[in-house]
Amino acid sequence: MKTRHFSSICVGCVVFALAAALQVLITARPLDAAVPAVVAAAGGLLFHLDPLGAFFLAVVGIGGLPAAIYGFSYTEHYEGHRSLPVFGVMFNVFLLGMSLVPCAGNIFTFVTAWELMSVASYFLVMTDAEDVDTRQAGLWYIAMTQFSLVVLLPMFLLLAPAADRTSFADLRIAAAGLSPQLRGVVFLLALIGFGSKAGIVPLHVWLPRAHPAAPSHVSALMSGVMIKLGIYGLIRVVFDFLGGGPAWWGALLLTAGSLSALLGVLYALMEHDLKRLLAYHSVENIGIIFIALGAGAILRSYGLHALATIGFAAALYHTLNHACFKGLLFLAAGQVVHQTQTRNMEDMGGLIKAMPQTALLFLIGSAAIVALPPLNGFASEWMVFQSLLAGTSIPRPEVAIGFPVAVGMLALASGLAAACFVKAFGISFLAMPRSMHASEAREAPESMRYGAWLLADLCVLLGVGASVVVPALYRVLESIDGLVPDPRLTPAPGLWIEAPRALGHLSPALIALLLAAIGFGTWLIVRSVHRRPFRVSDTWGCGRIAQTPRMEYTASAFAEPLRRVFAELYRPTQDLTVNAHPDSPYFVESITFKSEVRPWFEEAIYDPVVRAARRIAARVRLLQSGSVHRYLVYVVVALLVALASVWWTP
Amino acid sequence: MIEMLLVVGQTLAGVALAPGLVGSIRWTKARLQGRRGAPLWQPYAELRKLFAKERVVSHNASWLFHAAPFVVFGTAVAVLSLVPVVFVPTGFDSIGDLFAVVYLLLLGTFFLALAGLDTGSPFGGMGASREMTVVALTEPTVALSIFALALTAQSTNLGEIIRQTVAEPARALGPGHLLAFAALFIVTLAETGRLPVDNPTTHLELTMIHEAMVLEYSGPYLALVEWGAALKLLIFFAIAANLFLPWGVAFTPSPVALVAGFALFVVKIGALGVAVAVLETRVAKLRLFRVPELLSASFVMALLAVLSTFLVR
Repeated sequence: MKTRHFSSICVGCVVFALAAALQVLITARPLDAAVPAVVAAAGGLLFHLDPLGAFFLAVVGIGGLPAAIYGFSYTEHYEGHRSLPVFGVMFNVFLLGMSLVPCAGNIFTFVTAWELMSVASYFLVMTDAEDVDTRQAGLWYIAMTQFSLVVLLPMFLLLAPAADRTSFADLRIAAAGLSPQLRGVVFLLALIGFGSKAGIVPLHVWLPRAHPAAPSHVSALMSGVMIKLGIYGLIRVVFDFLGGGPAWWGALLLTAGSLSALLGVLYALMEHDLKRLLAYHSVENIGIIFIALGAGAILRSYGLHALATIGFAAALYHTLNHACFKGLLFLAAGQVVHQTQTRNMEDMGGLIKAMPQTALLFLIGSAAIVALPPLNGFASEWMVFQSLLAGTSIPRPEVAIGFPVAVGMLALASGLAAACFVKAFGISFLAMPRSMHASEAREAPESMRYGAWLLADLCVLLGVGASVVVPALYRVLESIDGLVPDPRLTPAPGLWIEAPRALGHLSPALIALLLAAIGFGTWLIVRSVHRRPFRVSDTWGCGRIAQTPRMEYTASAFAEPLRRVFAELYRPTQDLTVNAHPDSPYFVESITFKSEVRPWFEEAIYDPVVRAARRIAARVRLLQSGSVHRYLVYVVVALLVALASVWWTP
Repeated sequence: MIEMLLVVGQTLAGVALAPGLVGSIRWTKARLQGRRGAPLWQPYAELRKLFAKERVVSHNASWLFHAAPFVVFGTAVAVLSLVPVVFVPTGFDSIGDLFAVVYLLLLGTFFLALAGLDTGSPFGGMGASREMTVVALTEPTVALSIFALALTAQSTNLGEIIRQTVAEPARALGPGHLLAFAALFIVTLAETGRLPVDNPTTHLELTMIHEAMVLEYSGPYLALVEWGAALKLLIFFAIAANLFLPWGVAFTPSPVALVAGFALFVVKIGALGVAVAVLETRVAKLRLFRVPELLSASFVMALLAVLSTFLVR
């Protein structure tokens, strides 16, 4: 079977899923399906697609369709490769799993879909398993994803006993009767379990490892879509089942979000591997979504429902937007990596001339993620800011400190993101090529660009059309009792974003019009005043004769001022060796400089865990001696234990 | 309709006034330093000269280098149209609030920094790197100043803040107001490339920030970039003058109110210009790595502004 067969199946299924999602979103009537015969003891397979699930299913479709189209030619260089058939099957299983998670209607279906998604993505990460780094990344990934399951299962076990059956509708009713302490425990387990899937600090460690290792359209799916299902799970359990909770839940979400946003972007700044940089930005954006959810949860706990809804709408909006621009950025980065054979930005450069379309795609994605108007990132970040400003309505001193600090951290994160993407785009695409491969790069094949253009168009449309998107998000939230208590709050679509009780007014469409009119007008005026053609000449260089790529500003140099400013956090290690001529120390033969930024807090948390796991594994290994006799003894002992336990059970 | 015309009119007036503001700061500075100084209209003469000159473009440059000056100038004019300079419109200002103002200006800076990298010149890269560092570190202060303003006025839209402050001066004027003004003033110096963050008159590339970034521009492109920078200065002055001291701004389109509003606006930004000129004569440029200290001081002021507004309320 050829790659295109696999890819065609993907495209077909994703289109079908999108259609189902849109139907539910438009009619606001849930779709139901059940296969009770499959594992009947666990309740069978039960599907229930309500508007919230449909929204996330639409996110899966929006991220999945371009990735599947992109896969047509991307996987061609794996043709004949041993891992290709596995890849084709797993890509489809991965998409299937992701599509089923938001449709699941009971615990069994949810966990099955969740695991399909997790295990299939593990195989996709391991596509280049010959590489040591990839195997390392795969190990981290499977460990973290199974950790998430290990936390989620007890969470469901706490919820389930109170319910008659394990369907979500029963869990919702049962959760109302839980004691406050138990509800708190369920919330914490959901935060840890779904948070590690979403990639909040400090559970984000797998993201910067697994994303660069996977093929680019898989990274686009994992970063754009899969981590969003963590957000889905969190909203489903915390706000749908539990119906929200006390203020400290929101405060915890807000803190985790602010830390993720800031640390994500700070580590992205130090990263010169294009795909790792994007992976760290996913941590940042998940942080922004958590900030919005946290603000909403706090406002809700004080009974300010209209204001809380701004936060929830902002969270959903940013989820959708991030799926678009992060998918776009990973697809464009994939084309670059494909052409230049490297992920290191310092070996790229000048690609805007060789790959003009890819460059434009990456530029649109960058502008969107930096929240520049009139693109979609700006509209959702504006909503997040508005939800934080709404905190002024709560007259409590801890809120008076917490919300402004969150505003400051979010603003700093977005400023640093701007610096980071000037670096990412400027160093990779502008000026002169910095390596042989970069100078020989060619534009990517058409099918790889189609998928990315789809997402780029969405980035523009979702931004300019924000005033239509926001009312639609309110209607999604209406489907959950916990989120919009009064449907009259839902604004009507128009030219302005009409979030009820928001402090600000904004019309992204008119801003876009204003910008276009003024920019074009200026161009016309300048052209009529100044008619002479421009002269092409050398870059000015203080009298030097030839300009070489080695004279260009590098990514490390670009990030250096910020590395010094945040030196306390980065704690860079430096290693400088100067080899002087034997005759005189003033004649330097060579200088080697090595500097590294290691995320020390990751090591502080995970090193003890890894060491403990190794120690336990070494002990357990004694059991597995390789001797058949000993294994026979185990079988006999196991049999005896089984018989004894049957004997003793009444 | 008449409001629309007034908004267009005040925007055009601002565009025309901006180079004069730069000229007057330079003139005041020269007088303070015991020099005679160039006349007030010198920046206009420079712009005219630049528009007539040839554009020289590096062969490394891409289309982005050609587009950036229009983005910079276009965003600056768009932002100016959102700021009530002389007259507070009732509908037009709600197109964008203070966050839109901040992010539109960031759009211009983003493109200018990319253009700085586009020619492959190390100076351009250095300028871009430093500019983005400074901009990133000013963002939290700006956001918190907006927070402080929104707290009293219950709005982030500029016209609404002005209306609320004029309607209830007792509620608006407090320590929070003053602290937020001080924080925003430091941000103004940093964002518009004034001393002690950046020296607008330097001729040494290694100490430049903004000037290094635009080093490769010439002719009409340079004119647009310089004009855009002047507009940015005017915008920050107008925000500082009209949001924190809104008295005199016209609410009705009557000729008397408009003339008085314009005269008072010129007086207000003139006073701010003199303040900047005095400051630039008195202080030396900070080392780049001392700038974060100044900016974190402004952040703390903005945070205190929010807290005190919360408590006083």
